[in-house]
Amino acid sequence: MASASVIGVRTAGGSINDDLRGVWIVWKRELTRFGRARLRIVTAVVQPVLYLFVLGSGLAPVIPGQGGNFDFRTFMFPGVLAMTVLFTSVFSAISIVWDREFGFLREMLVAPVSRWALVLGKCLGGASVATAQGIILLLMAGLVHIPYSPGLLLTLVGEMALLSFALTAFGIVLASRMAQLEAFQVVMQFLVMPMFFLSGAIFPLSALPAWLGALTEIDPVSYAVDPMRKAVFANLDVPPNLVRTFNPGISWGSWQLPIGVELGIVAILGAIMLGWAIRNFSKTD
Amino acid sequence: MLCTLAKPTGGWARVAGHDVLGEPTQVRRCIGLVFQDTTLDGDLTAEENLRLHAELYGVPRQEVNVRLKRVMDMVELWDRRRSQVKTFSGGMKRRLEIARGLLHSPQVLFLDEPTVGLDPQTRSHIWGYLNELKRQEAITTFLTTHYMEEAEYCDRIAIIDHGQIVVTGTPQELKDSVGKDRVTLRTENDEQAKQALLERFELEAVSGSEGLTVHVAQAEEFIPKLVGGLGVAVRSVEMARPTLDDVFMTYTGRTIRDAEAGAGESMRAWVQMARRRR
Repeated sequence: MASASVIGVRTAGGSINDDLRGVWIVWKRELTRFGRARLRIVTAVVQPVLYLFVLGSGLAPVIPGQGGNFDFRTFMFPGVLAMTVLFTSVFSAISIVWDREFGFLREMLVAPVSRWALVLGKCLGGASVATAQGIILLLMAGLVHIPYSPGLLLTLVGEMALLSFALTAFGIVLASRMAQLEAFQVVMQFLVMPMFFLSGAIFPLSALPAWLGALTEIDPVSYAVDPMRKAVFANLDVPPNLVRTFNPGISWGSWQLPIGVELGIVAILGAIMLGWAIRNFSKTD
Repeated sequence: MLCTLAKPTGGWARVAGHDVLGEPTQVRRCIGLVFQDTTLDGDLTAEENLRLHAELYGVPRQEVNVRLKRVMDMVELWDRRRSQVKTFSGGMKRRLEIARGLLHSPQVLFLDEPTVGLDPQTRSHIWGYLNELKRQEAITTFLTTHYMEEAEYCDRIAIIDHGQIVVTGTPQELKDSVGKDRVTLRTENDEQAKQALLERFELEAVSGSEGLTVHVAQAEEFIPKLVGGLGVAVRSVEMARPTLDDVFMTYTGRTIRDAEAGAGESMRAWVQMARRRR
């Protein structure tokens, strides 16, 4: 049996430093690609703008209880931010399926880098891209009477970042199970669209029929939309009766969930998804 | 398996001193891989693709720029380093992948059919780089190919049939093993020449419409002796050696074309080139 004499190899890998370089470069690749896909950025702005200014402006006149500096579009704005983050995150994560199709995924999987590093890098990359996309939309806040207060903006950016991290991790789990591009449409129709509609992004969660209320409580996105909406309302001067209608919060039974718990739910789900994604990718070759 | 991409069903192997089962990460660090299908990111530039690779393979930061220039110069893509890879032709992509495979100074470079689907000019370019590599670097190149004429460039060939290595050797050994070279000559007097061949060289010649045909082991050494020592004026000599195609057919019982058609029976015909230079 040949002796394991090694010819001039530098210290072999597997160190934490090598893995962190992996995280960094996978993250950087996502941002480079994002910066290059101008058309994608514009497209991702158009859809929320349509919801906000076409759907929102169309519905505003028939929705009672608006006035002063509050109208239906103000209500919709945090929902539309969440929508942007939702679609961009899932899309970024599912680009893994494209990478697999075009072979690039193999280049990453055969590299001497831990799988957790690749998944974490991808997740941070997708989250950064989705948050950036959300920030582009956030610049329009003034158009729907939302003040550009630094505290509010920072809170919204932080909440978008948390949501986008959790959703990218979720998207990576989906992508790890997805063999073909065709499955993307299925995922969008059966998972992402329902997650969007049930989250209270475009209608208030007060006075819903019981079955619909139950579904919104299952939808994880609800727990990110609600804190974002609360942050917006905290910076507006809205009469209490309108707050009750348009910003009812989420209650489990009679327990009104505090913002911290809601964000905690999103964070925990995100962590579970990340762990799941890492597990799935550690098994594939 | 040697690249640690598939788990062996039995046995063991070491690549560059590392066990493929026990130390896959170390093995991957010591090898460069060029797959049959492209594994580049088309949206990134050539340089970005290579930098990404350098990070994934932990190339020391201070070495990255030097290595980058060197491998890109080798495949003559330095001028195109800022172009997005999706604008590259198939041949350019393959060249870039070879450069990438070498970026982290591997000890063994694996190439899976590096010239498949490329035009003859690009193929000869790629072989130019591979031969250059063989001359300049201390690296073992391990490749698979269906083109038997390419296997001629290799130092050692292994023919694999039904997952088993059926024979290994240098191209010359393999050719010698399947048969002798054929020498066909035309002379002033075939009858006399035939007699002379039998008496002086102990060779049984067959006469045909093309002249006299004899089979010898090393034709290139035999011909000068023949012309000098035959005693009959030789008008023309033609020699034909067994090709690697003949070798392949002898050992697998079919040509590559048949083998591909019968892919259902999990037959793969591989030829491997290995070269070690210290």
